[in-house]
Amino acid sequence: MSGLSIHSRLQLADFTLDARLELPGKGVTALFGPSGSGKTTLLRCVAGLARATGRVEVNGACWQDDSRGFFLPTHKRALGYVFQEASLFTHLSVRANLDFGLKRIPASERKVGREAAMELLGIGHLLDRGTDTLSGGERQRVAIARALLTSPQLLLMDEPLAALDAKRKQEILPYLERLHDELAIPILYVSHASDEVARLADHLVLLEQGQVVASGPTTTMLARLDLPLAREEDAAVIIDTTVLAHDDGYQLTRLGFAGGGIQVPRRPLPVGAHARIKIQARDVSIALASDHRSSIVNRLPARIMGFGEALHPAQCLVRLELVGTPLLARITRLSRDQLGLSEGMAVVAQIKSVAVLA
Amino acid sequence: MTLTPDDWSAIRLTLELASIVTLLLLIIGTPLAWWLARSRSRWRGAVGAVVALPIVLPPTVLGFYLLVAMGPQGPVGQLTEALGLGRLPFTFAGLVVASLIYSLPFVVQPIQHAFMAMGERPLEVAATLRASPLETFFTVALPLARPGFVTAAILGFAHTVGEFGVVLMIGGNIPDQTRVLSMQIYNHVEALEYGQAHGLSAGLLVFSFVVLLGLNLLGGTRNTLGAGR
Repeated sequence: MSGLSIHSRLQLADFTLDARLELPGKGVTALFGPSGSGKTTLLRCVAGLARATGRVEVNGACWQDDSRGFFLPTHKRALGYVFQEASLFTHLSVRANLDFGLKRIPASERKVGREAAMELLGIGHLLDRGTDTLSGGERQRVAIARALLTSPQLLLMDEPLAALDAKRKQEILPYLERLHDELAIPILYVSHASDEVARLADHLVLLEQGQVVASGPTTTMLARLDLPLAREEDAAVIIDTTVLAHDDGYQLTRLGFAGGGIQVPRRPLPVGAHARIKIQARDVSIALASDHRSSIVNRLPARIMGFGEALHPAQCLVRLELVGTPLLARITRLSRDQLGLSEGMAVVAQIKSVAVLA
Repeated sequence: MTLTPDDWSAIRLTLELASIVTLLLLIIGTPLAWWLARSRSRWRGAVGAVVALPIVLPPTVLGFYLLVAMGPQGPVGQLTEALGLGRLPFTFAGLVVASLIYSLPFVVQPIQHAFMAMGERPLEVAATLRASPLETFFTVALPLARPGFVTAAILGFAHTVGEFGVVLMIGGNIPDQTRVLSMQIYNHVEALEYGQAHGLSAGLLVFSFVVLLGLNLLGGTRNTLGAGR
């Protein structure tokens, strides 16, 4: 059976984790939630580092099934684990750190070679260094490569960027995107940063107080009005698009998706390439008719699917749909009433700004 | 002042005793320190206290009870007799056994602190990299605790070299068998041979200073029993 099937129950002194999840067997699944929601605990249970009761199955391989008294210890699970803080062995060089896991994998079972991993994470020049001479970002890249070299069937990442400053984060995110694009294995990614989730996650699990609040594709999860994600100050939706064409005169790139097309400042991407875009709720306004006298380029016909409360009482959230693609707009309640917006109405979504993520 | 053959014999005996005891203590002390550092057993506190006893107990008290235990009526004495090993008091083997107990905390505690200081994380990391608990112990825990082992070996050795009370109670003063350096100094003083006593005492003084200086240079410890980081 393909996919991840996780059922973990763990009772701690002041906290109960009780999670049942069926997740896709490939791509990045983000475990998202406030601190103390049990994200890391859940990840540790999947790894066997914390002893929960329940069942863990990864693409057909059973790691734990307490109903028949089966529990595989961590070192026998085909997983890679990237810890939040630097976890390199300080008594070993970078090379020896990389080899620590690799040498325990029989040659016939190795799917990721040392060269490939080093190339993927850009660490070839660090091989003979001591771990104490590396920057935080370099350490984390070595730790990721070390985990990959065990040819895992599941990669677990516990806020791998949390201990890094914004600059290092930007330095390492492209490598994580490459992991996402080039690895065939599923990744469970713990995060409490919505920008990381927007960039990396295909699937999103929302945790609160040890419980799964919701689980689904990131595109739909971000646009759900009943989830706290939409109420965040920088609430946004993501849309996976394809590069359709470039306009050399105006230096624009046209991106297409199910609900229409969008133009962004020209990006160095080949036609046909995949591009994930993020549209923040605050950058979307609503008009009753397409106003050609507006400077806003991206005006798309949309339908109002519902309203929700925003953080500030002056504002409200409007969930729009562009033929199957959800979009969020944050407008004032005053405008909503003045325009007489109601569910089911056909309107024009005016998108002021689009961030191209990859 | 020159050292007499008896002095040389005492020095040789002392170094032999300290080397054997240190080696045995590293072997016995490592699993004990590992257990003390990581066990959640309710016996942990009690065992830790027993291990630490020799730090606070007057050596004569310790020596007295060891003498009683190893004597013909004592449990250890009866065991060794039954095993055909004879009696331990007033033998070199008896000194080794007594010194093992006497110096135990000075070896166990630095190693224990080193194991505790490294925390759970390196062991978890090793497990996620497919290392079994035994492999993890040898390839991760031991190397990371190395400074603790250096401290433990030096302290255990130096402490055994300096013991007097326990030796007096259990070993007596038999040349070539139990007459260690501290006994020899005592003999010289008894015989009013202050020159000879100076020679050996100054030697021990310099030895102890060099050991502590070495420890500080290694940066192994802040104080004699601090965490071996």
